Amino acid sequence: MTRQTRIGLFAVSAAGLAALLLWAVAGLPDFGHYRGPYGKVLNSVAVGERHATNVVAAVTFDYRGFDTLGEEFILFASVMGVALLLRHERGERERLTTRIHSDAVRLGGAGFAAGLLALGLYVVAHGYLTPGGGFQGGVVLASAFALVYLAGDYRSYRALAPIPAIDFAEGAGAGGYAVVGVVSLLLGSAFLHNFGPLGTTGTLASAGSIPFLNIASALEVSAAFLLLFTEFLEELAVTPGDG
Amino acid sequence: MIPLQAAIMGLVAAGALAVVLTRDLVRLTMASSFYALLLVVLFLVFQAPDVALSELVVGAVGFPLVIVVAIVLQRGG
Repeated sequence: MTRQTRIGLFAVSAAGLAALLLWAVAGLPDFGHYRGPYGKVLNSVAVGERHATNVVAAVTFDYRGFDTLGEEFILFASVMGVALLLRHERGERERLTTRIHSDAVRLGGAGFAAGLLALGLYVVAHGYLTPGGGFQGGVVLASAFALVYLAGDYRSYRALAPIPAIDFAEGAGAGGYAVVGVVSLLLGSAFLHNFGPLGTTGTLASAGSIPFLNIASALEVSAAFLLLFTEFLEELAVTPGDG
Repeated sequence: MIPLQAAIMGLVAAGALAVVLTRDLVRLTMASSFYALLLVVLFLVFQAPDVALSELVVGAVGFPLVIVVAIVLQRGG
């Protein structure tokens, strides 16, 4: 194909694409005029029905709890895939000798890591009261350990991160979410239907079974991200074995 | 649209252009995590703090860390 025909073909298809895009944009609702009634309905009923002040958490862990179950297992399966691909016979340890020598960076990093850990626990615990929850808090928890590596060295990361417990925690988190759903079934309602006392709105003891699902997903997500970091850092740290 | 919303949408558009035009991989990682931070501000301005938190932890923490390790491995340690 000559250069001229290619440019001609591009011009025609680009013009067509631009026309379709413009048509679609012209058909959008006006800025700030959301048409779906679902969000408005939930905003007005969720706090009364579920005693959860964060309506997003009430949607992800209750009204749409089944979707979140699927998402949990997407993360679980993809991280398992990474572990299966990267885990192999490992040879000599401690190939990775790079470490941060600046005392100021190490000390600052340790301080930030401790703060991040506390922030992660806070975001998880208050997931159904304020913005946040198991997913966001879980990644913050995992990144606290990643910071130990970034501001220190791989040896401190291995010493501090709960490596032997990660695999178990990931499975327990993903499985625990499904178990809460089965408890709903045993109590005679639909799968993942909210059960338990709803408690006082705005306190940690509220929202029925949402806190259990929240903690299960925090366990799953933090373990999944820690596993991901560990497997990747191990690739850097360890020379491949002969096997 | 209030001026704050217009300003952050303009910044996000500029950030997206910067990500597309960056060729060097390390710079691209930094540009894309900075772009994620701009998206965080966008979500915050449009009053979606939950989405902002998710974008923050994935776009500015999880993604760049994995990409940087991949770049180091590809260059042979």
